[in-house]
Amino acid sequence: MTAALTAKGLEKSFGSLIVASDIAFELPVGERCALIGPNGAGKTTLINLLTGMLQPDSGQILLGGEDISRLPPQRRVRMGLVRTFQINSLFPRLNPLEAVTLAVAERRGETRDFLRRLATKAESIEEAWGILKSLRLDGVCYRETRELAYGQQRLLEIALALATRPKVLLLDEPAAGVPKEESGELFSVIDGLSRDLTIFFIEHDMDVVFRFASRILVMVSGRLLLEGTPAEIAADERVREVYLGAAHHG
Amino acid sequence: MARPTGSQPVDALAAEARWRPAEIAFWLATLLPSFVTPDYLQLAGQILITGLFALSLDLILGYAGVVSLGHAAFFGLGAYAAGIASKYGWGEPLTGLLIGGGVAGIVGYGASFIISRFRGLALIMITLGLNQILAEAANSMGWLTGGADGLQGVHTWLVLGVFHFDLYGVTAYWYALAVTFVVFLLVRRMVYSPFGLALRGIRENSTRMLAIGAANHAHVRKAFTIAAIIAGVAGALLTETTETVSLETLSFGRSADVLVMLILGGVGQLYGGLIGATIYMIARDRFSDINPQYWYFWIGLLLIAVVVFLPNGLVGGLKKLGAAIGRRGS
Repeated sequence: MTAALTAKGLEKSFGSLIVASDIAFELPVGERCALIGPNGAGKTTLINLLTGMLQPDSGQILLGGEDISRLPPQRRVRMGLVRTFQINSLFPRLNPLEAVTLAVAERRGETRDFLRRLATKAESIEEAWGILKSLRLDGVCYRETRELAYGQQRLLEIALALATRPKVLLLDEPAAGVPKEESGELFSVIDGLSRDLTIFFIEHDMDVVFRFASRILVMVSGRLLLEGTPAEIAADERVREVYLGAAHHG
Repeated sequence: MARPTGSQPVDALAAEARWRPAEIAFWLATLLPSFVTPDYLQLAGQILITGLFALSLDLILGYAGVVSLGHAAFFGLGAYAAGIASKYGWGEPLTGLLIGGGVAGIVGYGASFIISRFRGLALIMITLGLNQILAEAANSMGWLTGGADGLQGVHTWLVLGVFHFDLYGVTAYWYALAVTFVVFLLVRRMVYSPFGLALRGIRENSTRMLAIGAANHAHVRKAFTIAAIIAGVAGALLTETTETVSLETLSFGRSADVLVMLILGGVGQLYGGLIGATIYMIARDRFSDINPQYWYFWIGLLLIAVVVFLPNGLVGGLKKLGAAIGRRGS
């Protein structure tokens, strides 16, 4: 079966600073893959490369077997490669219902319509409502986004991504800034998403990573140090060293 | 009109687009000048035309977040296009509006390919530059535009073949009011359409729009072209009602003034342009009576006061006031 997402030999440097060096991996459909590594390892850069927000110097990215390396970000989104942001990147003065409806309507090509009322797109609105409900955001969906609690804004990040009907979802620290008690809840929502959906997430909390990931990639200074199942990673000397080392210096 | 569908979220979004009592009151108030101040219909007509021009700027600035300091380029294009058509034998007013809007729209569409790639300061410079280029072109092409003397020989035919433009501005006022109202209805419909929602998305966070796969550039191109058409229609209206075109229609001053009016009235509030233009033009009329040289002093003061105390302009302030009274009442 074709992998959901494949990276081959991705390279990127800013001047003399190498931020990605020979990155290669394959994500099978339905995988819950965690990307871990110390701060500054290049994890967010890798997401930027995969989504097209940065252009790699060389290498290839395949989505479901199709080469997307040269496509602009919004084309990749429409093909099913969608991300969320580590720092909330939302629409402050839209309410969640409007924001998610916007994402659904964009996917369906309805935002070209400038002569009919938004309410005539009932199917899109209902779909947005369904997504918000599944993330338990229906109770706050008429309040402006900037008024929502932080944890709700993190969920809205995911709701917006889901509205594009992704095949591969890249979550950049979905629980960043969320209290530890709540981050487990947030991840169980993520874990409950369809098994057709491939999820690639950056996360620092090792408890969460070992609980939800079916596969783990370890990144250090722009390179993939190793990949394996949670059990393999937990047993690896080098990973311990990297994390202990990081702890010592940090 | 909007029937309840029984679906809570659909009805909630439908409610946002519903006409509010204050809106109906506003449009009824636009009828007042002909009864209350019949001596000022000339001014009332000018206010409507300027308000329509400001409304077109609101569409790009207030909804798509595209800043323009050269919007008079399209107003002037519309004014000259209608004027030149009239001078050379076609003075029918309604088709004159289409000519003005059409020419401005074509140039706006061309410019939109550059505009849609930039934001912020670069955009201010590009729009300003385009405005200056057109102003100088009109200045140097005296054979076509009349240059600094203005375009002479414009003659507007009867509106609908019946109403002639009188000395007191009665026809001009009703004609400008009708055109402004019809265009406003279209803009209002657009603002509450799926396209309008996408524009607000671009204004709020264009990076995030790309991350949900939105066609930002196409949306901005469309909004900019429509705004250029409306500005062109407003310019053509001015030509038809005054039967002359001056270089002032293309001036930087006009671009800056319309921005000032919109900010006074409130950006992204739909009524900000119309209300801002009303306040500005009445203030200019009054203040320049008191002191014809220094009237802009008062505009400056008003502008600072509004920006400091009413970040969403006069319309935003009124909305807040209305909401506060509503809360106290209930």
